[in-house]
Amino acid sequence: MILASLIMNTQGKPRLTKFYEHLSVERQQEVLRAVYSVLSSRADNLCSFVESDDIFGPDTKLVYKHFATLYFVFVIDNAESELGILDLIQVFVETLDRCFKNVCELDIVHNFNKVHTILDEIVMGGQVVETSSAEVMKAVQDIWKLERVGDLNPANVKGIGHYRNSRS
Amino acid sequence: MAHERCHWSRFRLKSRSQGTVDQLKTIGRELAMGSQGSSKDFLDLVKAIGEAKSKAEEERIVLAEIELLKKRIMEPDVPRKKMKEYIIRLVYVEMLGHDASFGYIYAVKMTHDDNLLCKKSGYLATTLFLNEDHDLIILIVNTIQKDLKSDNYLVVSAALTAVCKLINEETIPAVLPQVIDLLGHPKEHVRKKAVMALHRFYQRSPSSVSHLLTKFRQILCDKDPSVMSAALCALFDLVSSDVKAFKNLTASFVSILKQVAEHRLPKAYDYHRTPAPFVQIKILKILALLGAGDRHTSENMYSVLLEVLKRCEPGKGEPATNISNAILYECICTITAIVASPKLLGMAAEITSRFLKSDNHNYKYMGIDALGRVIQINPDFAEQHQLAVIDCLEDQDDTLKRKTLDLLYKMTKSTNVEVIVDHMISYMRTLSDAHNKTEIASRIVELAERFAPSNQWFIQTMNQVFELAGDLVPAKVAHDLMRLLAKGAGEDDEEADSLLRSSAVESYLQLLGEPKLPSILLQVVCWVLGEFGTAGGTHSADDIIGKLCDVAEAHPGDTVVKGYAITAITKICAFEIAAGRQVQLLPECRSFMDDLLASHSTDLQQRAYELQVFLGLGPDIVQKVLHVNGSGEEIEIDTDLPFLQEFVDSSLANGARPYVHENERFEMSSGMSSFVSTSRTQQEPSHALRFEAYETPTVHTPSASSSAPPSLLPDFQEKKPESPRSLRNQLAADNSQVDLLGPEITRLRLDGVQKKWGRPSAPSQPPPVTTSNFDQEIERSGNGGSGVSERASSNRESTPAVHVYTEKKKAQPEIPAEKQRLAASLFGGSSGKRDANGVKGSKPAPNRPAAGNSKEKIPSTAQAPAPAPLMDLMDMGGGDLFSAPVAKASYDPFKELEGLLDGPSTAASTSTPAAPQKSSSIDFMSLYDSTPVVSHNTVPSTNDHDFLSLGLTSSSGIEPMNRPEAGLLDLNEFPANSPLAGLAGLEQSSSSSSTSLPERKGPSLQDSLQKDATTRQVGVTPTGANPALFQDLFG
Repeated sequence: MILASLIMNTQGKPRLTKFYEHLSVERQQEVLRAVYSVLSSRADNLCSFVESDDIFGPDTKLVYKHFATLYFVFVIDNAESELGILDLIQVFVETLDRCFKNVCELDIVHNFNKVHTILDEIVMGGQVVETSSAEVMKAVQDIWKLERVGDLNPANVKGIGHYRNSRS
Repeated sequence: MAHERCHWSRFRLKSRSQGTVDQLKTIGRELAMGSQGSSKDFLDLVKAIGEAKSKAEEERIVLAEIELLKKRIMEPDVPRKKMKEYIIRLVYVEMLGHDASFGYIYAVKMTHDDNLLCKKSGYLATTLFLNEDHDLIILIVNTIQKDLKSDNYLVVSAALTAVCKLINEETIPAVLPQVIDLLGHPKEHVRKKAVMALHRFYQRSPSSVSHLLTKFRQILCDKDPSVMSAALCALFDLVSSDVKAFKNLTASFVSILKQVAEHRLPKAYDYHRTPAPFVQIKILKILALLGAGDRHTSENMYSVLLEVLKRCEPGKGEPATNISNAILYECICTITAIVASPKLLGMAAEITSRFLKSDNHNYKYMGIDALGRVIQINPDFAEQHQLAVIDCLEDQDDTLKRKTLDLLYKMTKSTNVEVIVDHMISYMRTLSDAHNKTEIASRIVELAERFAPSNQWFIQTMNQVFELAGDLVPAKVAHDLMRLLAKGAGEDDEEADSLLRSSAVESYLQLLGEPKLPSILLQVVCWVLGEFGTAGGTHSADDIIGKLCDVAEAHPGDTVVKGYAITAITKICAFEIAAGRQVQLLPECRSFMDDLLASHSTDLQQRAYELQVFLGLGPDIVQKVLHVNGSGEEIEIDTDLPFLQEFVDSSLANGARPYVHENERFEMSSGMSSFVSTSRTQQEPSHALRFEAYETPTVHTPSASSSAPPSLLPDFQEKKPESPRSLRNQLAADNSQVDLLGPEITRLRLDGVQKKWGRPSAPSQPPPVTTSNFDQEIERSGNGGSGVSERASSNRESTPAVHVYTEKKKAQPEIPAEKQRLAASLFGGSSGKRDANGVKGSKPAPNRPAAGNSKEKIPSTAQAPAPAPLMDLMDMGGGDLFSAPVAKASYDPFKELEGLLDGPSTAASTSTPAAPQKSSSIDFMSLYDSTPVVSHNTVPSTNDHDFLSLGLTSSSGIEPMNRPEAGLLDLNEFPANSPLAGLAGLEQSSSSSSTSLPERKGPSLQDSLQKDATTRQVGVTPTGANPALFQDLFG
């Protein structure tokens, strides 16, 4: 399963953290520091996997991608496919990019509750639940429309909730 | 602003549905703008933190924010929109590492909100804040229950997401009915999440959903593929916990995989033109579990695996996408896990080669991993890729290096142990973190203990490990090292032992020149110098004592080292006195002793007083108490104290009550006391019966052993005659602590270690052994027709490994000589041989008789002057391996053979009578052990696996550093030999603990091979290092 999804910038500031098994706030910070120190010491052309048994326990790996000023990191155990997760990161970032045109670090900082929503559509309880960027878009779109409706009158909310769409 | 806007052109894709995206862009933009309007404070906060110059400044800003939030959030009647923003800011603050627990309750409250957006924010915050055992959870359960019943699917899915994180074992029943209902929800989006939630329940508490297992099977047939794929996650977990129960689903999985691979799903499920890759990967993982060790189930998968492989191959001229490589890699994992056909194995090997040759580090990494899997089935395969492996080993990428070391660790055997350990040590030098150092140190120790070519090498290696990893090495390793030195390699070869000791002394004296040494190494050094420092005669007592004083002085804070040092000085003084020489303590030593006499540590004080006493004693007594090289003596303890029997008898005769054993005593007293409590009256006469048990008699150790000869009680059940603990023994025991006095287990283990350095007393002429027995065996295994026998045959036909390094050089001039040398030493093989082998794995194995014939034509190797008959019998390509064991089996090979063929049960009984001539039986075992031609069928195998596990557990008792992979490998690869190995190991270790140790040691090739066999037979190594499978490779 996926143990955690993290986004941090190249200075080590967390931009989004989600742990699928609960960790105390202190432990989370330790983990973030450890992950950052590992990632920042790695050159760009190296492989995207780091064995992290010293951080997360035996048989865990960090799978990460470095985009511009951000690291996208997924912590996985050996029931996940490393290369598959790399593509999952790709899906995640593509989705972000669709939502925030030319997504950048700032978008993620400012809208991190929305980024959480997107991530929740992709990974749920540590399992990959959706891998199609378009499908994720549809789901978050439904939610976001609510915000556009503005004053959130219950009738509208209900209407949107029942808006049906199915896959092509 | 510290964060620049940047272009993400690297991952921008051409969108397939441009319309939607445009729309979303605007949505996204508007949202970004919108949130800017509504939460200016938040933006300011983010901005301020971004601009903070120092950590302290950031801290200050965040703390101020927390104060502000605390105040605001508690105000009455906060508008819900404001409240939502506060909650978001709380989440942000906590992400930065600050405690926001004061606001948790508000997040919980927010989940009760009717407004969906607020509710969602509330759920988001609670899932991030709370763990499933938090007190506040109870306040949410009700809300979740309600939301799960909502007719708005967005509310339902928000609640389901929360369920995954927040529901614990106790609250599962509260929401379970609703979640089950949702499995029938019209929206696949909800069904999918409900499946995930159920899966989560299963992870939390398998029993809570145990009645729903059939549900998961049903979901697999859901009409929507995304729901089906969600079920796969759960089924993967279910299958891995109980394979047997799901065997009958194999056909379903195969057909799903087939449909997916054939592109029957809607295009929407494609990812980079690969149909539903994540579904394929999950199913492949499940198939690997289902097919492991099950030929019949595996066969059903062949065609679909071929199909998947075929479809994933990139077309001409286009590079394979990442995701198709992910599937290919998963195929390799599956193929190597199941009982695969030669064709599939060939394809797996081919893909592995492609990965290894790739420039992409990710693929190289997967390639190394895949190689590790493939060579477990086809060891020859590693050789083709030796240079690629070495490239990876020398790569600057740490991950790749570690993975490669992992691989090498699995391939280690006595012929390449030096090179591999060398690499590990130099890698360890580059490490700084304790965790990795500990791990690699333990691996080095393990390899060194199992495969050390000589004692000298072992000691040197251990010294390096201690030097580099220092106190990360468990103390036990140090004790083992001391014990090895104390006992030597055996009682028969005093000369070699003293050579070993003096070399150790020399190396340690040299080592003391180093500025900073870890405590544990110093302990070893002190002990060795004390025990053997003066034994060689090259160093005077004063020299050594001086050094020891220096050590103690240099580490004033380390009482353990000081204790070791003072005891070492005591011993040296004692040896001197015993030898009749006058001992005049150096002034520095005397002051050191005086220091310790006044030490706060009673332990140090005691030791110092002992030294003082010794200095005043005469040679006669000292010699009795502390004699040279006494540390290797066994100290036997007799808990029965037979020498007191006389005393007991006379006491009994005088009317004392007989001794009651502790257990019985307890029963008696408890029975009594209940009786007493009911019937006893208040007043208690002074002469009434005593109901409490007598105290355990305290034993006074007699001053001389002669006063109570153990012969008084000759027929005591366990023969553990007590020799009273002399001061000498006590000292020795103090030093080597647990080891000498410790329980049997520690002793057993080291005996196993010792054994490995035994040199076989191989006669030059190995006895002819009839081929028929083995042919029979081969024939039988042929009936099984399993992958094992195929592998065996492919081994057999390969040429014996010879170092033809020069040839290779000619053949491939472009490869640097250094690398080739490395390759040769690692793999022992030659690349000249490569062409001959070709892609060996892809070739279907030739039929058995042909293989049998061809092997006879193979010339014997240079190292093995073993005559032809032997090769006939055992040749797996490198006859040298077996010459020694066979030679030693000369006592009565036939008898042993019979025993073997009868299977494990009789093997145990036949080898028991053979125990006196231990070497014969054991070596025969090793011979058998290294013969992979015996397949499942040879052993009457109803409880084949039980035996296996027996063998494994027993071996792990003896050798705690057993590898985890061993079990798997054994089950798959060498099912028949392991039980025997385990039995042999048990027997040997038990007998060797009481009988003598192996005679000699030495570093020749034969020895090392013999050692391999012995190691394995001790039950330590039922691993991939099986020489019969690996010898061709690493010769």
